[in-house]
Amino acid sequence: MAGHTIPPADRTRLAAAGARAVTLEALQRKGGREGVGDWLFRALLLLGLSIALVSLAAMLVWAVAEGAPRMSWDLFTKGPSAVDPTKAGYRTAILGSLWIIGGVVLVIVPIGIGAAVYLEEYADGARWWNRVIELNIQNLAGVPSIVFGILGLAFIVRGPIGVGFVAAAGSVTIALLVLPTVIIASREAIRAVPPSIREGSLALGATAWQTNWRQVLPAARPGILTGVILSVARAIGEAAPLLLVGAVTFVRYDPQLFSGGYSALPVLIYNYSRRPQAEYRDLAAAGIIVMLLMVLAMNAFAVWLRSRYEEQR
Amino acid sequence: MASSDASTSAGAASVPRSLAATSPRYGEKAITAVLFVAAALSVVVTTAIVLSLAVPAVRFFREVSVGEFLTGTVWAPRIGEGSFGVLPVVVGTLMVVAFALAVAVPIGLASAIYLSEYARPRVRRVVKPLLEILQGIPTVAIGLFAFWFMKPLAERLLPFLPWRGPFSIGVAGVAVGLMIVPLVASVSEDAMRSVPMSLREAAHGLGARKLAVTVRVVVPAAVSGIMASIVLAISRAVGETMIVLIAAGAGNPNLVFDPTKGAQTMTAYIGGVATGDIPTGTLEYDTIFAVGALLFLMTLTMNLLAVRMVRRFREVYE
Repeated sequence: MAGHTIPPADRTRLAAAGARAVTLEALQRKGGREGVGDWLFRALLLLGLSIALVSLAAMLVWAVAEGAPRMSWDLFTKGPSAVDPTKAGYRTAILGSLWIIGGVVLVIVPIGIGAAVYLEEYADGARWWNRVIELNIQNLAGVPSIVFGILGLAFIVRGPIGVGFVAAAGSVTIALLVLPTVIIASREAIRAVPPSIREGSLALGATAWQTNWRQVLPAARPGILTGVILSVARAIGEAAPLLLVGAVTFVRYDPQLFSGGYSALPVLIYNYSRRPQAEYRDLAAAGIIVMLLMVLAMNAFAVWLRSRYEEQR
Repeated sequence: MASSDASTSAGAASVPRSLAATSPRYGEKAITAVLFVAAALSVVVTTAIVLSLAVPAVRFFREVSVGEFLTGTVWAPRIGEGSFGVLPVVVGTLMVVAFALAVAVPIGLASAIYLSEYARPRVRRVVKPLLEILQGIPTVAIGLFAFWFMKPLAERLLPFLPWRGPFSIGVAGVAVGLMIVPLVASVSEDAMRSVPMSLREAAHGLGARKLAVTVRVVVPAAVSGIMASIVLAISRAVGETMIVLIAAGAGNPNLVFDPTKGAQTMTAYIGGVATGDIPTGTLEYDTIFAVGALLFLMTLTMNLLAVRMVRRFREVYE
């Protein structure tokens, strides 16, 4: 055999030389210019990102260009009109949206955070009912918004609760829609609180609830707040379920929570846009600017809040 | 006192000291119960959704057989005895999903790979939050953008296609795709960022180029997150209502395979009937529950699939 004729010392030297040659070759290959393939790949990636940003930015520019001429304080002070688009506005719809947001916050803050605390701090993951709850929340987060509209129609407007087509019905429907998002965001915030804080609190004799209320929740507050703000922003723009729970479009009087008709900003925009006259089209575009300002400002605040919090940790 | 004396004399080890709470702490138990109710409410909501869909749907299926509903190609509730084939709206939904994925998956993944592997930290710090903020654009705004801007633009760019009428299901699908690009980008980017640096370093150390590291190491390692982002995207595209309602048109649905024409999806059909002038309690009104039940079943299957897929593909590094 050839191997036996080479003495061990030479064998080591040979192996070292071979390894060095292979490494050098590899290093030179990597150190050389990037190939055409690399360059092309990078260009394609950049193209994809540019398309994403440019098309979404184009949407914003388009909305401003279409709606800016129609922007005026009348949009906030005048109610809707099916007759004269030049004198129509969004007053009742904006008020309706504010009622909806108020109700959404009232429902999702206690229930969303309560559910998140239970699942993170109390639930025993081995029990079947806790696993059912967990899987169920994941699934609810993916249920289409219009299905929540059907739920609102069957259970809140009519059926067991039966409040009728009022702002409260729209509010609760939207709240149930965004609830899973709040729970998931709050759970992540609570999970990010270091266990040492809990252990320290428990070791000093605090009960489980004292620990959660005084240590865990304050530490998780920025993350929870981000989730709540993002959900409220989504609630402003959501129109599909409201179509089913009676957000009628031409409400002349300021809406109330439990009586009378109500409307919401995106629903009225949708209705104006379906009318043939050009003036209504301008009005709808101006409404889009108002809605985008509200939604994007809230989203920007939420994202800023989270990034500041992440830097602090 | 007597007992403590006894225990010390008999040997402390044989009688362990109890660590249980000295009081029953009813308050704590009540709070735990309240929190459990908050968590269990989601199960109540799901049950209510199933009931609100199933009860009218069962009433509907007493009149129309399930087979006729699922395989019928004609949707004409008002003509004669009425024909209730759901395929036209299912085909519309599938077309929207196909167009949306064709836009959102390549653009979203390219953005995610660029941000995670190539972008300088400063670029990433600006672009990632920007995408997250844009994720919140209301769908009514995107729908009107598609209807008033993208459709005329498409007609001008592709004049050889047989455009007819103001609506187009293809344009609506592309708009839905643009809506979900930030979602795909941000979920996939998170997955790729969580691939440990040591894997990239090892691949570089073995002489792999940046392209090979990205395509053969980082993307396969992040595949569970990428798959999850795509399934989430499908789920969002199936459930999107307003964009389709505005840009693809309402009215009676026909079986359409041509993306340049108007068509209806399951969601847009429900929205259209709910805002229309069909009296409640009629068979035609009950169709929204039958279509809604089918929609719910489709998204439920997909969500369960996503949960299982993520679990199966997940690679644990630590």
